[in-house]
Amino acid sequence: MTATESEATGAKKTTVTVTVDGVTFEAEPGELLIKAAQDNGIYIPRFCWHERMKPVGMCRMCLVEVEGGRGFPPACTTPVADGMVAHSQSDAVKQIQDGVLEFLLINHPLDCPVCDRGGECPLQDQTLAFGPGESRFVEEKRHFPKPIPLSELVLLDRERCIQCARCIRFADEIAGDTLIDFIDRGDRMQVLNFEEQPFDSYFSGNTVQICPVGALTATQYRFRARPWDLSTVETSCTTCSVHCRGAVQSSSNRLVRLLAVDSEPVNHGWLCDKGRYGLEWVHSERRVLEPQLREGSGRRQVSWPDALDRAADAIEQAKNLHGAESIAVLGGARGTNEDAFAWAALAKGVIGTDNVDAQLGDGLPADFVLGMERAEIADLDRASAIVVLDQDLRDQVPVLFLRVRRAMFELGVPLVDLAPAAHPLSAHAAVVARTIPGESIAASVHAEITRVTQGRTGPVVVIAGRGNLAASAESVVGAAADLARMHDVLFLSALRRGNVHGALDAGLAPGFLPGRIRLAEGRAWFADSWPNVPEQRGMDAEAILRAAADGKIRVLILLGADLVSDFPDATLARRALDAIDTIIAVDGFDSESTQRAEVFLPSTLWGEKAGTVTNLEGRVQRVGRKVAPEGTAMDDWRIATELALRLGRDFDLATVDEVTDEIARLAPALAGVTAERVKRARDGVVVPVAAHLDEIVLRTGALSLMADDGSGTSWDPIKVEGEVPAEPVDAAEVSAAADAPELHEWDRLKSHPEAPARDAYALRLVVGRSLYDDGRLVSETPLLQRLVPEPALRVHPSDLARIGVDSGGQVKVTSTRGSQVVAVRSDAGVPAGIACMDFSADALGAALLIDAAQPVIDLRVESLR
Amino acid sequence: MPSAAPEVNETRIVTTRLHDRPDDSWTIDGAIASGAYESLRAVLTKGDAADVQEQVKLSGLRGRGGAGFPTATKWSFLPPDSFPRYLVVNADEGEPSTFKDRMLLERDPHQLVEGIAIASYSVQCNVAFVYVRGEFALGYERLTRAIDDARSKGFLGRNILGSGFDCDIVVHRGAGAYICGEETALLESLEGERGMPRIRPPFPAIEGLYAKPTVVNNVETLSTVPHIMRMGGEEYAKLGVNRSTGTRIFSVSGHVNRPGNYEVELGMTFRDLLYGLAGGIRDDRKIKFFIPGGASSQWLTGSDEHLDAPLDMDFVQQTYGVMLGSGAVMVFDETVDPVLVAWRLAKFFAHESCGKCTPCREGTGWIEKVLYRMSHGLGRPEDLDLLISVGGNISPGVSNAPFVQTTICPLGPSAVSCIASIDKFFRAEVLERLRNDAGVHA
Amino acid sequence: MSFFDDANLTKAKEILARYPRAKSAILPLAHLAQDQNGWLSPEAMEQIADLTGCTAADVLGTCSFYTMFKRRPCGKLVVSVCTNVTCLVVGGPEVLDHLEERYATEPDVTVEEVECLAACGGAPALQVNYEFHERVSPSSAEEIVESYKSGARRARTVSGAPVA
Ligand SMILES: Cc1cc2nc3c(=O)[nH]c(=O)nc-3n(C[C@H](O)[C@H](O)[C@H](O)COP(=O)(O)O)c2cc1C
Ligand code: SF4
Ligand code: FES
Repeated sequence: MTATESEATGAKKTTVTVTVDGVTFEAEPGELLIKAAQDNGIYIPRFCWHERMKPVGMCRMCLVEVEGGRGFPPACTTPVADGMVAHSQSDAVKQIQDGVLEFLLINHPLDCPVCDRGGECPLQDQTLAFGPGESRFVEEKRHFPKPIPLSELVLLDRERCIQCARCIRFADEIAGDTLIDFIDRGDRMQVLNFEEQPFDSYFSGNTVQICPVGALTATQYRFRARPWDLSTVETSCTTCSVHCRGAVQSSSNRLVRLLAVDSEPVNHGWLCDKGRYGLEWVHSERRVLEPQLREGSGRRQVSWPDALDRAADAIEQAKNLHGAESIAVLGGARGTNEDAFAWAALAKGVIGTDNVDAQLGDGLPADFVLGMERAEIADLDRASAIVVLDQDLRDQVPVLFLRVRRAMFELGVPLVDLAPAAHPLSAHAAVVARTIPGESIAASVHAEITRVTQGRTGPVVVIAGRGNLAASAESVVGAAADLARMHDVLFLSALRRGNVHGALDAGLAPGFLPGRIRLAEGRAWFADSWPNVPEQRGMDAEAILRAAADGKIRVLILLGADLVSDFPDATLARRALDAIDTIIAVDGFDSESTQRAEVFLPSTLWGEKAGTVTNLEGRVQRVGRKVAPEGTAMDDWRIATELALRLGRDFDLATVDEVTDEIARLAPALAGVTAERVKRARDGVVVPVAAHLDEIVLRTGALSLMADDGSGTSWDPIKVEGEVPAEPVDAAEVSAAADAPELHEWDRLKSHPEAPARDAYALRLVVGRSLYDDGRLVSETPLLQRLVPEPALRVHPSDLARIGVDSGGQVKVTSTRGSQVVAVRSDAGVPAGIACMDFSADALGAALLIDAAQPVIDLRVESLR
Repeated sequence: MPSAAPEVNETRIVTTRLHDRPDDSWTIDGAIASGAYESLRAVLTKGDAADVQEQVKLSGLRGRGGAGFPTATKWSFLPPDSFPRYLVVNADEGEPSTFKDRMLLERDPHQLVEGIAIASYSVQCNVAFVYVRGEFALGYERLTRAIDDARSKGFLGRNILGSGFDCDIVVHRGAGAYICGEETALLESLEGERGMPRIRPPFPAIEGLYAKPTVVNNVETLSTVPHIMRMGGEEYAKLGVNRSTGTRIFSVSGHVNRPGNYEVELGMTFRDLLYGLAGGIRDDRKIKFFIPGGASSQWLTGSDEHLDAPLDMDFVQQTYGVMLGSGAVMVFDETVDPVLVAWRLAKFFAHESCGKCTPCREGTGWIEKVLYRMSHGLGRPEDLDLLISVGGNISPGVSNAPFVQTTICPLGPSAVSCIASIDKFFRAEVLERLRNDAGVHA
Repeated sequence: MSFFDDANLTKAKEILARYPRAKSAILPLAHLAQDQNGWLSPEAMEQIADLTGCTAADVLGTCSFYTMFKRRPCGKLVVSVCTNVTCLVVGGPEVLDHLEERYATEPDVTVEEVECLAACGGAPALQVNYEFHERVSPSSAEEIVESYKSGARRARTVSGAPVA
């Protein structure tokens, strides 16, 4: 349906009156009978229908009788009509339901006791609910070798499959990865991938969740646990900044499974595989679980008091000898808002340094991220156009990619593709204009945008990110400013780091205080609570490392940051780390960057801590604590309060909820975001709350993994009941005080420098991170580790020819930083003059070519012959 | 029972040329020499597209593919100003024992081409597709050749016969799937998909091929159109009975002395067709049962009542719950075991089920397995009622198979027709046998 | 590395040009592949995927639906014997049994049971590479197959295309 159509139907609010099984209700015209009935408490049994996918009417379980109509139409393909009277419980219909169940069972192995779905299987449940007794089928059952792998992550048992095509439809319709299909026909029909091409989709895990039987199972979860010994808590995935809603489950204090929860504004019930399966790192045996202090070349385990004292002393000393600005804090985008806030309070309010940055040179300037006009994810659905600026969304923010795809294919929103190289959506983009890193977007692009938005309403939503680590963020912000000047735009900052937006909002950025306010404007407001807020704006990550390399930084606190593999310019990172006297690591893992740490303070990870997080649209949601950390790992915010005490200030914050409320009290942009409100708001709250009051939906039910008919773990979208509050929240109670400082606004008129022109022989470097980027989460999750792509330089065939090397060969690439030998691949999706490379932590190829001081990186590429 | 052959003749309209010119009826010269494309010329000269549909309406022509839907009505469903629109010709003839369309393709392709051109002109379609059953290698060759020749003579392509009307024909070969004869499965197949029927609505007339308005017509249906234009609709309508106007080709096969295709005026009795034209039953045996409209239809017996029934689409359906369907009449003499025939039909439907609907995918296979046992001496007394019960989950009530469905298309329910027929005509005989088998195998 | 030879690649382009949507060309291209190669190999399906802009899984899904596409190597002669009801009652199965036994050990002849061939007027019927032969008996059927083997009759390709 095109957006214009959807507006048309949305416009005329006339509902139709429908009666199902004697219950009469109002429904939207054109709505499917099965959905309308479900929304009104009548569950018509189904197997193939899934409310987030197009109906196919295959399984025939949902057939109903419609008075005055002929035959038995499927409720899943029949739109409601005014005055329609349908029956899903009549004798004739019950007979059909029994018949379908019997048909599904005659060739089903009935191996429930050894099936992962046993106990949470719709087929099993519905058989108990509607099914016939002993089998009349005395013939030989259908047999297949079982199970076969469709990919590293998904196994298929063809004997259990009931041919509902949910997996096939998801892969094709939702993910756009048509890597599985039915083969053969009739009762020989089976789901399969092609020969040696596995079902390698970033989203494959969703097919396991929506499979109505145990045909598809996850290699990770297989035989790990049974539904009845799982306990569950609602949470948000913080693997990237989309924050898909989920239900995390554990068994005997181990995280075993993350299921997607269907949140309309955020993830529509989907997860990416990195988020879904990236649980294992939490239980890695390489976790550091006790405090440690340096001793000679190694470190020794100590008590928390000893470790904290040592850290406090180092800070105290540096401050006294070299001034607060000799102390820097990097990282903090991995934790909760509460973690980030406490550390901002410690750094800026207690120590008095503004040399604080949650981004590690791989994001966008806080000035832009905190100040631009922000869109919500749902705005993509109603956008007049979507502009993708400098991103391969599928690798950066996978589930946002699904939402953009849906907007394009289902809602007809035109895509303007300004990425530096082709990506999965390019083929269907309305406008494609490859932007050379460092060069501003062509004037013609604006005309094109105006053309494709002709006659369309809604804002132009610009998705800006840092897809290219080899060009300074300036080039992105410059392009963003350019677009903002020309069109009515809203922005989504597609940053990878899990809670980077929460950390920036909480003040972990140079020049800012919590709540999106500038240092200068905010100092007075914070005076009582934060006495030591520094006078001068501090340095960002890059400047901090540069200063460190010059010996100006004495104490560096790393909050879950591995600079060597996170900061794009590994050479600078190493130089800086070598020059620092005291490194204090607050982390779950040791890394090259923390090896020289004087003090190592073990902190909790996702799944081990509760709190709030903020996603890329500014939505504050809760993360849940499902397991207790092994050892004595502590929440980051608690570590900060402990250090504050030792530095002479008592934050007087005893629980994480108190921290949340403190943020709500102090941080203007987060006014009203109290622990209580976030708990009660089903979909969290978008900040500033005052501007999004009408979007708040109060939860009326708890998370339930039961299908609507009360059976099994839901293979239907898992939803949480909610309702729009009767009387609106009073705006005053969620607005910042009158005397609170103004929120920061990004200056779109500020001009941005152009990068130097590229000379004819050089290739301009584009470095992005693939989803499986070999970062900490991936490298500690063996299952995903195997999926990390081989690092290679991708260039246009013509450049390959010019260089005189075959695809697959080796080349020597040289930047101002130095030379590397890498494999090269021909890729027609890469424009001539550009060279693309994945950023990967263990093979530092790209990171050793990048010079953070340069606005862009031009490479000399020569064949080894 | 008197099997003295009654004096009856065919009424040849669409089969005239292929009988009159056995040696060159399929060539452009042979066709033109026997009047091909004159109707097209006349239509284009007259230049009244609406008149074509009017004549077809007056003729009472109903689809010859199986469903018997009024052709002009189907054309009229096309939304007025939505273009492009497509005419798709169903030449997938796969209904067991139907072999008329193959004959028309191989031996009078120009008649079809002319019919397509006229119909396209009437429904304002500029590209028509012919979906030819994959196994029809010769038919495919002759049709593509005919299209090339017609184009070179100006009967197809740009500005046909100077009329300003453009029309071309793309021939698409199937690859072995009976279900692709079902019109929406055919469209899927034509789009390069698995041949699985679509959910209706939307109907092809609204969203058909490439989601554009589409008319799907059978080979014989369209081959008739030039003659309707030549004779005039009213004249054509004078042939036949009631709402079954004109002639139809019946493919008579099985235990008759002269199996083959016979074009007869509708209204003729089965007796005249089977005894008068097809030469009666081999060795003067009796008919045990015959299947009047292709494998999907329920059966009739050799009783005088059934033999004297007229070839009237509505009458036979209303009176006996059978259909003239695709015009295939399969005749079985008293040596034949109806259960064996039922098993083979079930095997056919199980093999051809596309697999989309649970009841058809699983049910046809189950029925086939049970009928196999029953027809091979391994039956159990309860099997017949089991079949009726299982069949009832595919075609509720069984007795109205294949017209009542729990499925998307009638293929699944068609596998129930034979069960209904056995229950209706041979229940006692079959139960008796099952008891004996059980005894033997106890 | 192209699966189709140059001549067939040209044909493939012509075929693609016939349709408003490239995917429609999957069936004709698969026939073409069998004309060239004698069966539908994975390599063929991969190139058909490239030509039609589909995934290989897509092409496999479509092609595996249709019985004329042989996804394993088969004989140069494909003998299709109908055993559907009309042929059933006039000797079709006997013809099938005889040919299956006779050619069990000849890899160059693939005998298969098929559904109604629309030749019931001349039942029992069979096809050799989609060329019809009607009113056959076990012995006449064997003679027919032999005549193709000897070259007395020129066989079409396994997809039924005439061989020039
Ligand atoms: C399982 C099945 C198979 C069919 N096979 C054919 C066929 O081979 N040829 C045909 O013309 N119609 C066939 N039909 C009927 C078509 O769906 C469609 O009604 C017909 O082609 C319309 O053309 P007409 O109106 O000219 O008859 C079949 C229908 C079904 C349900
Ligand atoms: S009834 Fe059978 S053939 Fe028809 S759509 Fe359903 S499964 Fe396919
Ligand atoms: S047919 Fe409606 S749910 Fe499957």
